[in-house]
Amino acid sequence: MDTDQLIRSLAADNAHRAPRVGAVLAMALLVAAPFSILFFATFLGVRADVMSAMHNPFFDMKFAVTLSLAIPAIIISLHLSRPEALLRGWAWLLLLPVGLLAVAIGSEAMMAPAMPMTMRLMGKNSRICLVAIPAMSLPLLAGALFGLRHGAPSSPALAGALAGLVSAGLAATLYASHCTDDSPLFVATWYTLATALVTAIGALVGSKVLRF
Amino acid sequence: MFTAASVARCRLDHEFVIYPAPRNKLKERPNCLVRARVRGREDEWTGLMRSAMAGDDAAYHRLLKAITPVLRAAARRGLARAGQPPDQAEDIVQEILLAVHLKRHTWDSEAPFAPWLFAIGRNKLIDALRRRGKRVFVNIDDFAETLPGEVPQETASAAEVAAQLGTLPQRQRDVLQSVAVEAASIKDTAAKFSMSEGAVRVALHRGLAALTAKLRDH
Repeated sequence: MDTDQLIRSLAADNAHRAPRVGAVLAMALLVAAPFSILFFATFLGVRADVMSAMHNPFFDMKFAVTLSLAIPAIIISLHLSRPEALLRGWAWLLLLPVGLLAVAIGSEAMMAPAMPMTMRLMGKNSRICLVAIPAMSLPLLAGALFGLRHGAPSSPALAGALAGLVSAGLAATLYASHCTDDSPLFVATWYTLATALVTAIGALVGSKVLRF
Repeated sequence: MFTAASVARCRLDHEFVIYPAPRNKLKERPNCLVRARVRGREDEWTGLMRSAMAGDDAAYHRLLKAITPVLRAAARRGLARAGQPPDQAEDIVQEILLAVHLKRHTWDSEAPFAPWLFAIGRNKLIDALRRRGKRVFVNIDDFAETLPGEVPQETASAAEVAAQLGTLPQRQRDVLQSVAVEAASIKDTAAKFSMSEGAVRVALHRGLAALTAKLRDH
């Protein structure tokens, strides 16, 4: 088929309209979410003392941190789904959870904490955290990658890494309501490790499946 | 009088002919003219693409015809730089056109069209060179710097789309053949294969999408 003929067939298909990447990503995440929630409800569940925990600002802070990762990651991954888009000018959004954590760690240090630092950092749930967050991330990661496949990212690995951050941020939000370790030191250590793992998986898979 | 210095300068000047440097202050005037023409061309593309997205098939056809020689020149230049024969340029052009078509919903109609187009072109060129196991060195300006005067017209043969066409399901292949090669309308194609027009449209779109996927993954 020569190029003029190909062009003719493309023009004949002009009526076809694809949905926006954002709409496909939203749908894919909505379809994936029940799987993560099912895992959560089956194996974890909301912590028993959630009503009193809500009065602890460090419990609430966990949600602020995880959502300040997930939401900017969604925004940036949609931005990067355009081929000409650059990360430059957008990457600072990913510093939001880092800044929140730094503030939280600082304020905890000033509050004469009840437990020594190493105990707060190690917590009681580090191993569960490292398993549960990636496990609940996987359906969401699959959804995010499916949604972003609809886009045209110039750097598939980077877009995949962002899909990893999206799914880890959302999974960590679920996990935060289960975990009784509220110290920002615990969050900064174990949530970050779990997120890094999911991000690496996202980058690896993304580099294969997000090519267009 | 060919001193070493003058030969070196000649070579430098020659490079400027091949890869025009817009930042070259000494040649401000000619570059200004060229850049004005490039800008005019790119504004026209943006207008055509807006019409196309609003449903104007003829504008879309014109746009694809207009960008093709520019993509061809850039693909050739990229291949030459990678030490590859230019005869694969047409395959790359067709891959870019398919990607443009299937990803045009990622174009923001408020944004200029050319940067979006060239980003896709660069991606496809890099992919193509990588697939051929070549060291990839794509000049960021290979696409942006193609000048209006420099447009190879002749269509080299493209083998890959034609080869993958044969692997498509019968119905998609028939519809694509009819619309592309025989230049039949959707309506005539529907009558010829006793299909509904909707079914022809679906088969056409699926065929193009499948073709793109096969080219990407083969």
